[in-house]
Amino acid sequence: MKYLADIGGYAIMVFDLFKKPTKWRIMKNLILKEIDELIFGSLGIIVFISFFIGAVVSIQTAMNLTSDLIPKNLIGFATRQSIILEFAPTFCSVIMAGKVGSFITSSIGTMRVTEQIDALEVMGVNALNYLVFPKIVAMMLYPFIISVAMYVGIFGGWFAGVFGGFITSADFVEGVTMDFIPFHVTYSFIKTFVFAFLLATIPSYHGFYMKGGALEVGKASTTSFVWTSVVIIITNYVLTQLLLT
Amino acid sequence: MIEVENIHKSFGDAHILKGITTTFDTGKTNLIIGQSGSGKTVFLKCLLGLFTPTEGAIKYDGQNFSELSSQDQRALKEDMGMVFQGSALFDGLTVAGNVMFPLEMFTKLAKSEMEDRVNIVLNRVNLVDAHHKFPSEISGGMQKRVAIARAIVMNPQYLFCDEPNSGLDPRTAIVIDNLIKEITEEYNITTVINTHDMNSVMEIGEKILFLKDGLKEWEGTKNEIFKTDNKAVTDFVYSSELFKKVRQMYIEERN
Repeated sequence: MKYLADIGGYAIMVFDLFKKPTKWRIMKNLILKEIDELIFGSLGIIVFISFFIGAVVSIQTAMNLTSDLIPKNLIGFATRQSIILEFAPTFCSVIMAGKVGSFITSSIGTMRVTEQIDALEVMGVNALNYLVFPKIVAMMLYPFIISVAMYVGIFGGWFAGVFGGFITSADFVEGVTMDFIPFHVTYSFIKTFVFAFLLATIPSYHGFYMKGGALEVGKASTTSFVWTSVVIIITNYVLTQLLLT
Repeated sequence: MIEVENIHKSFGDAHILKGITTTFDTGKTNLIIGQSGSGKTVFLKCLLGLFTPTEGAIKYDGQNFSELSSQDQRALKEDMGMVFQGSALFDGLTVAGNVMFPLEMFTKLAKSEMEDRVNIVLNRVNLVDAHHKFPSEISGGMQKRVAIARAIVMNPQYLFCDEPNSGLDPRTAIVIDNLIKEITEEYNITTVINTHDMNSVMEIGEKILFLKDGLKEWEGTKNEIFKTDNKAVTDFVYSSELFKKVRQMYIEERN
């Protein structure tokens, strides 16, 4: 029953956050601030993880190619497919649910605990629009992070494959360009846009409607991470079924 | 003037306010007092429009809040200022930014006009050198003064304060109390203060409403509260040793 109430509450929140918009002159600054915090602030960790995951995918593929009948360029092909189809959009989003999601929940939750949200509401400000809308707009640049993750992941695969002695650079590049289906990138970016919306709104819901004190802010952040990850994984399955089959 | 008519408020099965009727006069500091759990905060949040009463009406200079359109409710809210218990200043904004916030949100003033207005109210609350500091860089008393400045920057008709001197030392608490009283008289606004601090009652309590278990138990002035025979009020007022001694001295003097 509680889950149904949460789903309903989330839907109402999404509807309400577009009401009574904040003045553009203020909203513009809020959006720029959120882009800095949520997008540019996440680049470092995404670049770091993408590089090493790409490297590991490359090595794992190479280690499993025991037959000489299988061409080496499969290492580049497998790395590209893994990174573009799943690692960059989905795995990075789960990481972002921890990094960005818990930040959003704890910052909004702290505002709730310290009555800053009440202060906005007393003034007649639509607190949801003021706090959550700029995060949604900022997260629409999330595909930029995912593009970086794709490039860096494949580069990590090339680096590990070539410098680990598993494949030549030419074979890797041939594998990366082999049988390339542009729709796979489109599919990946469609997923990314949906995940970006989920990453901005689910943690906001958990922060905005939390009750209690500092301890509850911590609990809300954990709950937010769990639910954002669960919803991302389920949505990933649904979108894959819809778009690739 | 705010007229409250038979206000009830329930949360599920919990009946918090059980029918309160009172008026809060313009140009006076009206205090709501009572023990923890008596319904003070819920009552104040009903006055602020943060909670919708289950039953009853709240009229702001004759306008029934629940009967107003959402646009008129918003306009009325712009006439309200609120000082929260913990100040509720926005962490990411400077002192000047916090005070300027309502002006930026609701007016079309030029930046320079806004800055002038911010300077006036910050001077009024005796904060002249803190414009560029963040809330975390100033003391609790200064934060309260910033909160008052933010609450009055839009020239509100109604000022609400939730325990404005909690967490402050007695001397700073008196400064804050007197500042609120002076601003109330100067701007001729209706001020409602939620407190359980008897020092505030003695300093600025022009009209006092005592709540108990969600009901109006007693109302009167600061002079009357020390003479009442209402047991719930006397138990509350004379719960501290200091006030017990004051009362003893008063009785001895009278005899």
